[in-house]
Amino acid sequence: MNDRRRETLTYVTGFAIALALTFAAFAAVRWPVAPAGTTFAIILALALVQVVVQFRCFLHVSFARSSREDLLLVLFSALIIALMVSGTLVILFNLRTRMM
Amino acid sequence: MSEPVLRHAGVNLGGTQDHPRANAESGIFGFWVFLMSDAVIFALLFALYGTVVAATAGGPRPADVFELGSALAETLLLLTSSLTIGLAVLAMKYDGTRRPVLAWMGVTLALGVAFLALELHDFATMFAQGAYPTRSGFLSAFFALVPLHGLHVLAGSVWMLVMAAQILAYGFDARVRINVLRLSLFWHFLDVIWIAILSVVYLQGHLP
Repeated sequence: MNDRRRETLTYVTGFAIALALTFAAFAAVRWPVAPAGTTFAIILALALVQVVVQFRCFLHVSFARSSREDLLLVLFSALIIALMVSGTLVILFNLRTRMM
Repeated sequence: MSEPVLRHAGVNLGGTQDHPRANAESGIFGFWVFLMSDAVIFALLFALYGTVVAATAGGPRPADVFELGSALAETLLLLTSSLTIGLAVLAMKYDGTRRPVLAWMGVTLALGVAFLALELHDFATMFAQGAYPTRSGFLSAFFALVPLHGLHVLAGSVWMLVMAAQILAYGFDARVRINVLRLSLFWHFLDVIWIAILSVVYLQGHLP
């Protein structure tokens, strides 16, 4: 299999998986089988998987040594984002309960 | 023309599959740093949205103003455009002729513009329903987050036109190739952000 076919296949595979995950998320909301909290957790999990798939297939970030620095940058940014977002949520929800 | 040292993620524009470290290009690490700082901005707007989503002040609630069908159409448009910009980069790498690259970029641009048109139509519908930014905390956060993504798509569309002009003017010299690669990373990144918007804003809004 030549390079072009292999790389095209990477994109098409990523597209197909992303499509399937999107429809799964819509189906989880359209025909709910679980309580709202569980469904929201399912949606977030599907979104997380889709983000990983898109980073892998479209943005070509992988464990290969060639993209190691980018992977580290992405993971470090994810850590920063997790800290800032969770900190914001904790503080503001706490404030909200105190004000109610 | 000497190829740059190959180091970073992205489609490898030079055919150097023999070298394990050479799956990608140099000169785009700085662009990755920009993308990640942009991701931080979006993440904090998401956090803000999450904290005020219940603060509707007696105005429209998320389920009243979000249409799932339109959100699905926007998702499909943006996802398909993410595939076509990838195919444009592959055409640039393997064909090296202008026609297929410009054709795929044209398809991508058309999908991006269709996305923007649909999104503007959504916003107009929301305004007509009395859901405008100053109505409640929830709507302020919504109109800070989602139109910011729309502005990014608009900027990407303008950039696409600029790159098409550069391809026509200069052909595929090293600078144009690396800039097309950066544009493709930017476009894929916008699709990733949209997945988060879809899940946190539109789908969450329709939970029972």
